[in-house]
Amino acid sequence: MTILTADLVPSSRRFDRRWSIPVVLVAWWLVWRFGFGTHNLPNGGPTFIQDWFLRIRNAADAGRDSSPLFIYFFNPIAKTTGSVISSMMSLTTNLGWTGITGIASAISLWVAGWRHGLLTAVGFISFGVLGLEAESMQTLVQIIVAVFLSLLIGIPLGVWAGVSNGFSRVVTPVLDIMQILPTFAYLPLITLFFLIGPASGTIATMIYAIPPAIRLTAAGIREVSTATVEASESLGATKWQRLTDVQLPMAKRTIVLGVNQTMMAALSMITIAALIAAPGLGASVISALIKLDVGAAFNAGLAIVCMAIVFDRVTTAASVRTERASRAGGAASQRTRLLRYGAGIGLIALGVILPGINRSLATFPDRWVHGTRNPVNSVANWTQLHWYGATSWLTTTVTHWLIDPLQSLLSNTPWPVVVLGLALLAYFVGGLRPAIVTAGCLMGAILMGLWPSSMTTLASVLIGALFTMIIGIGFGVWLGRSRMADQLIRPILDAGQVMPPFVYLVPCLALFGATRFTGIVAALVYASPAVIKIVAEGIRSVPANTTESAISSGSNSWQTIVKVQLPMARGMLLVALNQGIIFVLAMVVVGGLVGAGGLGFDVVNGFAQSVFAGTGLAAGLAIVFLGIMLDRITQSAGRSRRTTD
Amino acid sequence: MNVEPEPAISVRGLWKVFGPHPERIVGSPEAELSRADLREQTGCTAAVRDVNFDVAPGEVFVVMGLSGSGKSTLVRCLTRLVEPTAGQITFEGEDIVAADQARLRELRRHRFSMVFQHFGLLPHRKVIDNVAYGLEVRGMNKADRHARAHEVVELVGLQGYEQAYPDQLSGGMQQRVGLARALAVDPDLLFFDEPFSALDPLIRRGMQDEVLRLHHEVKKTMIFITHDLSEALKLGDRILIMRDGAAVQLGRPDELVGAPADDYVADFTRDVPKSHVLTLRWIARPPVVGEPLDGPELPATTIIRDAIRDVMHATAPVKVMSNGQLLGLVDHEDVLRVIAGEPQPVSV
Ligand SMILES: Nc1ncnc2c1ncn2[C@@H]1O[C@H](COP(=O)(O)OP(=O)(O)OP(=O)(O)O)[C@@H](O)[C@H]1O
Ligand SMILES: [Mg+2]
Repeated sequence: MTILTADLVPSSRRFDRRWSIPVVLVAWWLVWRFGFGTHNLPNGGPTFIQDWFLRIRNAADAGRDSSPLFIYFFNPIAKTTGSVISSMMSLTTNLGWTGITGIASAISLWVAGWRHGLLTAVGFISFGVLGLEAESMQTLVQIIVAVFLSLLIGIPLGVWAGVSNGFSRVVTPVLDIMQILPTFAYLPLITLFFLIGPASGTIATMIYAIPPAIRLTAAGIREVSTATVEASESLGATKWQRLTDVQLPMAKRTIVLGVNQTMMAALSMITIAALIAAPGLGASVISALIKLDVGAAFNAGLAIVCMAIVFDRVTTAASVRTERASRAGGAASQRTRLLRYGAGIGLIALGVILPGINRSLATFPDRWVHGTRNPVNSVANWTQLHWYGATSWLTTTVTHWLIDPLQSLLSNTPWPVVVLGLALLAYFVGGLRPAIVTAGCLMGAILMGLWPSSMTTLASVLIGALFTMIIGIGFGVWLGRSRMADQLIRPILDAGQVMPPFVYLVPCLALFGATRFTGIVAALVYASPAVIKIVAEGIRSVPANTTESAISSGSNSWQTIVKVQLPMARGMLLVALNQGIIFVLAMVVVGGLVGAGGLGFDVVNGFAQSVFAGTGLAAGLAIVFLGIMLDRITQSAGRSRRTTD
Repeated sequence: MNVEPEPAISVRGLWKVFGPHPERIVGSPEAELSRADLREQTGCTAAVRDVNFDVAPGEVFVVMGLSGSGKSTLVRCLTRLVEPTAGQITFEGEDIVAADQARLRELRRHRFSMVFQHFGLLPHRKVIDNVAYGLEVRGMNKADRHARAHEVVELVGLQGYEQAYPDQLSGGMQQRVGLARALAVDPDLLFFDEPFSALDPLIRRGMQDEVLRLHHEVKKTMIFITHDLSEALKLGDRILIMRDGAAVQLGRPDELVGAPADDYVADFTRDVPKSHVLTLRWIARPPVVGEPLDGPELPATTIIRDAIRDVMHATAPVKVMSNGQLLGLVDHEDVLRVIAGEPQPVSV
């Protein structure tokens, strides 16, 4: 009997699911068709919740100099961070570009070797060549401060999470949330407490940069082989001895990798931090984007990329070297090490003394400046002129046939039907819990008074995710099946992941103008590398003998892919979808900056005009709601599919 | 009968249950369930169930059993690397279960040490510093601990490799480092958790000889875990066989082979060449009427293999003697039956 029912239940549920999703969609379409335009929520003026946020904002402004919370907590943090940044800024001006380049190259030489020392020198000189010496130094200072503080907080917390299961259980979900939220979303909240300015920028950066430091430190500590930990324990080591003699030294490599990830996270935040008035390269990108000056944006983006490459290469090399470095024995290596230290000190001395000899050497010589703004602008103009037909055709086609209909379906159907429909879809995909979360999150967006903006953003995210999955699966299958393709494409993907997201906006803007489509394409470019990698990983993890047996029973390549490899990689495909959708959301809201509208625009507008500060805060929250909703649905899809297998 | 010396370590009613609320299992009816049923009903795994034994000073005590039978857990309970759920452990009269952390550290630093299957060496330290680590933990100064480490490195035959890093050594050499590290603190009790199972057979045999040699030289009490029966028979004064966490049989090697307690033990010992393990005691029989009683005498503790030549060359049945008394006779037939009754020895 039990066997019979056990057999019946899943099959009837499977039947349900197969038909239920199309049924919901058709019903929704019918309601849209006949109930068009009724019961829509307006994008009207500030609602009560936005008013309320505005009042909080005003109260915070009023209390900034009287409330103890501000006087003793927020203000000191902002002030200390601010003054550290400004004193370091003046230090960099005093050292001049030669001093900074000398110091940076010397440090790279010490931690990563000759080649990387040279790379650093070239990278730092390139800032001047691009004509962005001052901006680069501002960015550099902010990155250093943010990374230093992030590590100062993140590494001890990571150690704690590595040795204590209890703390790890508490901190992991917090880190998960911190990483799925688009950074954009919490900017308004940060400015509420710390006002706009460099300090806020640093704190926003830290929120994004601390999680990798904690995660990787904890992972490194946990990876240490239990055999070694046990051995030290069996010899009577105290907890502290165990930590300092065994766990930290053996986790060193992973911790340095954490430094690398923290640095990359901080770098990817510089443009976003610029939205709340953090100066530097990010600000150059933003102001150029707003003026639609593709060349200037590209020039600043290039400087960011140079900085990212230097940081990434040097810290990666440092992480690889940490193991070898501690054990360099023998007279010969002793000598080369001395030489390295000597050369480094020489570089610093030279760099610092030069401006002392002649003050004019402190500033980067004008005749060496060769910015890329004008050439890029002429290329952009040429492209716009000659490709205009193709790009505008693409833009209008996708907009007309995909974006507009979906957006209309989402925002012109009576809103209760939309909430019900999405909740039902969530239910059939993932079960009851994601359905409840979906309904709750949508109600949240309504409460924020930002229903139309939310639906605009959601439509873009869905379409972006669709394109991303098509491209991700196409390339992922190719990479997963062909070693050659993998070797060819993977370096490009790696490089793509190092670049700060805003940089992608620049060429997209040049090609497609300030439209929603631009935001989608930028999101596609931003999210694809991760998705392709995960899909390729899934394809590769299909056991070779399964594939071989399919081939030996006469399947052609297409059948092998569609009937064997993709179904078996389904778990990974769903992970890819989840990651892809989170990445797309992060970028689509950024697209609000260049005419994609939606919640991103509301956030930015909130910084720009103080009367809209309440709307900005509400939009940040609405992004959070969308993020949680999309994350829960895609995650539960993975889970429920697996349990019914 | 001579008086039994005080055991080095004594274990009574030892339990280790993994899972939620393990303490409720011990003493409840659920404790009687099989391991699989217990797991299904309570989510708990009884890794060690109600184990009792004494280890005499200077003895090599071997614990054997299939993978998952609870050997590692048992030995870790003895030094409280794993907290026992119930039971008593007494080391030289001291209650180990009641010891606080400070006392435990003291014991681990000076009285116990352990050699691990996967070595557990510190990859970022040279051989000499790995060997000296136990002394460093105690707070010994560098010169003294290095001097001591050099002695031990020599004892295990690693001189010349003091400045190497572990990953520059072969598996066998790495385990010698593990051994040296354990010996450096001059412990009274050495624990070995399958120390040689990651090594290939030739090196393994060399290391076993090494342990036997060390045992004769330094006379330490050793508790040795293995799942290799030939290793157990070679090293062990006594062997404890475990299954699903419980002790199945405890005895000398010839007792296990000659009188296995159940099919599980018999299965274990099936492939052992009996003549290599059993003593004459096991095959001595009462004289048949009229049999000549003027054959040579051999002690009852002689391994059959070592007696073959004498028995075959003797013109009359060999007299098996124990404490000056005749235990029985052994003739050609008896010996041949033992040899013929066994399967071909498995070649390694
Ligand atoms: N930390 C733990 N948590 C839960 N169960 C454990 C834990 N450690 C061991 N066990 C369980 O206890 C049982 C005994 O494990 P143990 O490692 O002692 O076996 P073993 O005899 O040493 O096996 P092997 O020969 O494979 O080393 C196993 O069923 C194992 O799953
Ligand atoms: Mg074990």
